[in-house]
Amino acid sequence: MAKFDHDDDSLAVIIGSGAGGGTLGNELAQKGIKTVILEAGPRFEIADFVNDEWPSFAQLAWTDMRTTSGTWQIAHDFPNLPAWIVKAVGGTSIHWAGASLRFRDWEFKTRTVYGHVPGANLLDWPISLAELEPYYAKAEFKMGTTGTNGIPRLPGNNNFKVMAAGAARLGYKEVHTGNMSINSQPRDGRGSCQQIGFCFQGCKSGAKWSTLYTEIPKGEATGNLEVREKSMVLRIEHNDAGKVNAVVYIDADGNMRRQKARVVCVACNSLESPRLLLNSASSKFPDGLANSSGQVGRNYMRHTTASVYAAFDRPVHMYRGTTMAGIIRDEGRNDPTRGFVGGYEMETISLGLPFLAAFLKPGGWGRSFTSGVDDFSNMAGMWIIGEDMPQETNRVTLDPVAKDKFGLPVASVHFDDHPNDIAMREHGFRQGEAVYEAVGATRTFRVPPYPSTHNLGTNRMSEKPRDGVVNKFGQSHDIPNLFISDGSQFTTGAGVNPTLTIVTLAIRQADSIAGMMGKNEI
Amino acid sequence: MRLIDRLPRLGRRRFLRGGAGALPAAALLAGGVAVSATRVWGEDAKALKPGSAVTLVRVARDIYPHDRIPDIFYARAVLMLDAAAVSDNTLRDLLEEGVMRLDADARDRFQSPYLEVAGESDRVALLEAISAGAFFKKVHGALTVSFYNQHELWPRFGYEGSSAEYGGYLHRGFDDIDWLPKS
Repeated sequence: MAKFDHDDDSLAVIIGSGAGGGTLGNELAQKGIKTVILEAGPRFEIADFVNDEWPSFAQLAWTDMRTTSGTWQIAHDFPNLPAWIVKAVGGTSIHWAGASLRFRDWEFKTRTVYGHVPGANLLDWPISLAELEPYYAKAEFKMGTTGTNGIPRLPGNNNFKVMAAGAARLGYKEVHTGNMSINSQPRDGRGSCQQIGFCFQGCKSGAKWSTLYTEIPKGEATGNLEVREKSMVLRIEHNDAGKVNAVVYIDADGNMRRQKARVVCVACNSLESPRLLLNSASSKFPDGLANSSGQVGRNYMRHTTASVYAAFDRPVHMYRGTTMAGIIRDEGRNDPTRGFVGGYEMETISLGLPFLAAFLKPGGWGRSFTSGVDDFSNMAGMWIIGEDMPQETNRVTLDPVAKDKFGLPVASVHFDDHPNDIAMREHGFRQGEAVYEAVGATRTFRVPPYPSTHNLGTNRMSEKPRDGVVNKFGQSHDIPNLFISDGSQFTTGAGVNPTLTIVTLAIRQADSIAGMMGKNEI
Repeated sequence: MRLIDRLPRLGRRRFLRGGAGALPAAALLAGGVAVSATRVWGEDAKALKPGSAVTLVRVARDIYPHDRIPDIFYARAVLMLDAAAVSDNTLRDLLEEGVMRLDADARDRFQSPYLEVAGESDRVALLEAISAGAFFKKVHGALTVSFYNQHELWPRFGYEGSSAEYGGYLHRGFDDIDWLPKS
């Protein structure tokens, strides 16, 4: 396994080891590029994961202080937990559900297709679906996505069967167990799904793709990739010419280190990535790195989400089996006659009893609440996930008061729902309830958003430097050897789960970086 | 469909293994003390006055009323809170003062301490009146984790908990629903 010197200035340094950073690290290593990944969290292995919601949360979740403001319900329900993401090697690819959907063609050009939406800062991506298709194909092959490459879809569990029966009665057409990066048959040295449930707590069988046990060990096996766990990056430094040349971090032993770099790739998820750029402000870049546009931290998106749970007179046991292998795609279209632009998916979801109690009605108590919990075993559940509108004022800033244990300002997340988000959520609630009522639900529950798992857009891609932070390769407009490699580069969020696109962009970015390095452009 | 036994036997060993992940290990041990349904919960409290602990058990049931769940589970959740208060005087004072205030409110409105207010709706009205305050929020927030996270409680709600060690649900009913209407 590689071990590189702190003074080695030929390295690509990646900050974060999740879907973006972990994939990029392997891709660069495979091309012979010496790469270091600095990961803030510890390295667990599959055997360490626990099928127990609260202990797993304590083990994996990023619970460092963050602050919130705005009209979104999260600021009320979970004021210091705006996001439910992972602090560990593998990042949130440990926690993700596995849903792997390509963007649709128009979702790369929403400003053109949706037109002017008041209050929204819509922008077309500087790339098209056609340009990304070959990379989507590589990502699906790499991840073993069901429904692609001849890989059969997963079998449907009870929760899916309830949703599918209701969908059929409503006349929905595109209903199946999804495109899931979870092995439905042994593949790539990993076994097939055992229907364990607990997909969010780290997959105990390894059937679900995670960089932790796919990309990262493959990269390490080349001898070109070193992953340093428990290494929290404090700032990125640059030279007089304005190129980044090092990152300063606290290592696993608590010592401050400075790692030289030829290229720096930021992949810390959409809250920490802008925070790091802002905390790296210098006399040359007083507003933070890559921020001449003022767009760093802005246009924060988290998808329009909600859940519908429904109680029946007979058992469902929704928690048995793959959590999110079930989808209704018919509402994914853009049909402004519904009262909003963009589309949404309905995907199965389930919670165990402890988390259902925490999320069914945050703050709830008394018999109206507990009678719902009493229905636990007779419940089915779905998640609504749709495109939300980017807004300049929805943004990550540095908190003026709260500091982390290293004395650096924490991320403060402001979010107001856009009227389009609210209209879409209302539509999703109604349709979700209708699905379950069609098969005899005796009670339905409208459950507000959970802390955000899809954090997007805070370093967005743009054709023109004034509109965003990075170009079509994720390369910052201002600093040629500084890249963004996570979901924060999304120009808009589309109506689908983001991980497949994050991986796709990382594969493409590796080609770009290798090409630029080969030509000595960076 | 494969259904599950909702009334498993309670055993002391299982009790000691259970508990809330967000609370310290000491709290789990304290929760395991009260295994006998005949014990008076209040005497197991280490930080709180016995009477306060007993009142909090009543408060816990009024916050999360599940008629199928015996008092012992509410008592364990309260004793975890008590255990946390052993080394946290601010918490202990918050709880003691909260109970005092609740009793005072109860005497004002119903001429008896909270525990002896007979009607659940009357007790709920007393809780609603303080539901925006720090005492209620603390008790409610702690219970959300420590009450529902008791493994021994889960079968009573039809929840089976950890499944990987049993090979998941692949051969244990992940798709055994048998009552859906034919489409």
